[in-house]
Amino acid sequence: MPTPDEVYEQVLAEETAKGSSPAVAQARAKAARVRASRGAKDPSKPDSATAPRKAPASGDGGEAAPAAAEAKPAAAATAKPAAAKPAAARPAAAAKGGGPASKKAVGNGGPAVPERVQRLLAVVKPEAIQKVERRPMDRVNVWPHLMAAEFVSLLVVLAAVTFFSIAVDAPLRELSNFNQTPNPSKAPWYFLGLQELLRYFHPQVAGVTIPQVIIIILMAFPFIDRNPSTRPDDRKLAIVIFSFFMLSFAVLTTIGMFFRGPGFNWVYPWESGIFFEL
Amino acid sequence: MAKAEGRFNPRQRMSAVMDMLHGSQVWRAIFRPGSIFRRGYADSPRNRAYVVMNSLLYHLHPVKVKRHGIKLSYTLCLGGLSFFLFILLTITGIYLMFFYRPSVEVVYSDMQRIHTQVSFGLLVRNLHRWGAHLMTISVFLHMARVFYTGAYKPPREFNWIVGVILLLLTLLLAFTGYLLPWDQLAVWAVTVGTEMMKNTPVVGDQVQFALLGGPVIGAETLLRWYTLHVLLLPFVIVIFISIHFWRVRKDGGISGPM
Repeated sequence: MPTPDEVYEQVLAEETAKGSSPAVAQARAKAARVRASRGAKDPSKPDSATAPRKAPASGDGGEAAPAAAEAKPAAAATAKPAAAKPAAARPAAAAKGGGPASKKAVGNGGPAVPERVQRLLAVVKPEAIQKVERRPMDRVNVWPHLMAAEFVSLLVVLAAVTFFSIAVDAPLRELSNFNQTPNPSKAPWYFLGLQELLRYFHPQVAGVTIPQVIIIILMAFPFIDRNPSTRPDDRKLAIVIFSFFMLSFAVLTTIGMFFRGPGFNWVYPWESGIFFEL
Repeated sequence: MAKAEGRFNPRQRMSAVMDMLHGSQVWRAIFRPGSIFRRGYADSPRNRAYVVMNSLLYHLHPVKVKRHGIKLSYTLCLGGLSFFLFILLTITGIYLMFFYRPSVEVVYSDMQRIHTQVSFGLLVRNLHRWGAHLMTISVFLHMARVFYTGAYKPPREFNWIVGVILLLLTLLLAFTGYLLPWDQLAVWAVTVGTEMMKNTPVVGDQVQFALLGGPVIGAETLLRWYTLHVLLLPFVIVIFISIHFWRVRKDGGISGPM
């Protein structure tokens, strides 16, 4: 009777000869070695370890679950129900019947095996198992490395906002008066770019068409830019276009904030002061 | 009994109490197996994983992230800060709601009362206003960061769209909040903003009427924008924030490296 290590070598050689991938071959060989070592401890069940191995075509169920799902097509159908069994129960069942307790073995009129109800836990497509391979990547624990950084930046921003709030009061002008239009009347700063555009375009273009086009183009951007690379060197055009629009929007907003005075006419802030409140 | 107690020093007694607390059914009911609060934290790789895995944080962060993703220069923390500012705005906003009535007769005197009489009223209002401006900026910059790192590319296209929606919702929240002080600055800035929407083709007047609750800004507008600002838009933005965070995880975590 072969020792567990011999079983391991034997199964490994068999699997390699069959063309199984090294990982699968090793897994099956390890499983066989475990079965062999368990069987060897029990003298009343001789040869239980190698029995499933020697008759692989007759419904070989003695596989680890992932290996079973990946197994050759002929055996896959019977291997899956058998794989649902706890692995520890297998040597005993194999010893009693001289083969695995699969339905196929019973149907073939093989040695009598007690009828057992097998539960199918899962059907795993073979590709699903092989596709888990992923390029290894350097990863760090979120705690403490990421969360400490997040917490510090949170505190920094909270401190900055608090100090700014202590130092600078939010504006509260006089009660609203619909009969007295302030000059200039400015929109909130994030709409000042659009208000600036009103100087150059028809209101329908500046106030409706351009914002809508911006939103639609922004949303459609991942589908317009089909370049899969994320390296800056590979996407100069996209970066230039995006930066151009961001910059022009920033320039328009800055003009609207600081360079527009009464009547929304051009002023220089260092000459006439700032006509703008946040 | 007193003699037996005398043998223990305070530290031992404290640890005995902690053991009793940790063993109690209430404690075990609150903290799941594996929670670091269940037994106290010792710095080990397993506990480092458990901090995230066995807490509410697991909805937000995985146990491990790519090393380049924790560099400040990659994200500048902008998305997280936008979320933090949203929480800050929620808290300060709820405080302001205690003292603010959205009715044109009393709204301005309520504002003055917040400035002069309410404890920390001015400070909380300042936090709310500057926080709102900062959140708008950080959302803008977050969008720029995502663009420059190419993080909108497959499989993250949909999350980019959700992000654009979040940007719009942020602008709407900021804009609806802008009207609420009901001073000259607020009312006329909103007048300028809504005049633009009147130019929508075909249904321009109807759009403006729906937004203002009338042909011009008035009491209806204030109530309407208040409801939008404190209830509807926060409700909607929380839903989209949840989708945004969920998709970050489902699309493979932080993008990159470049």
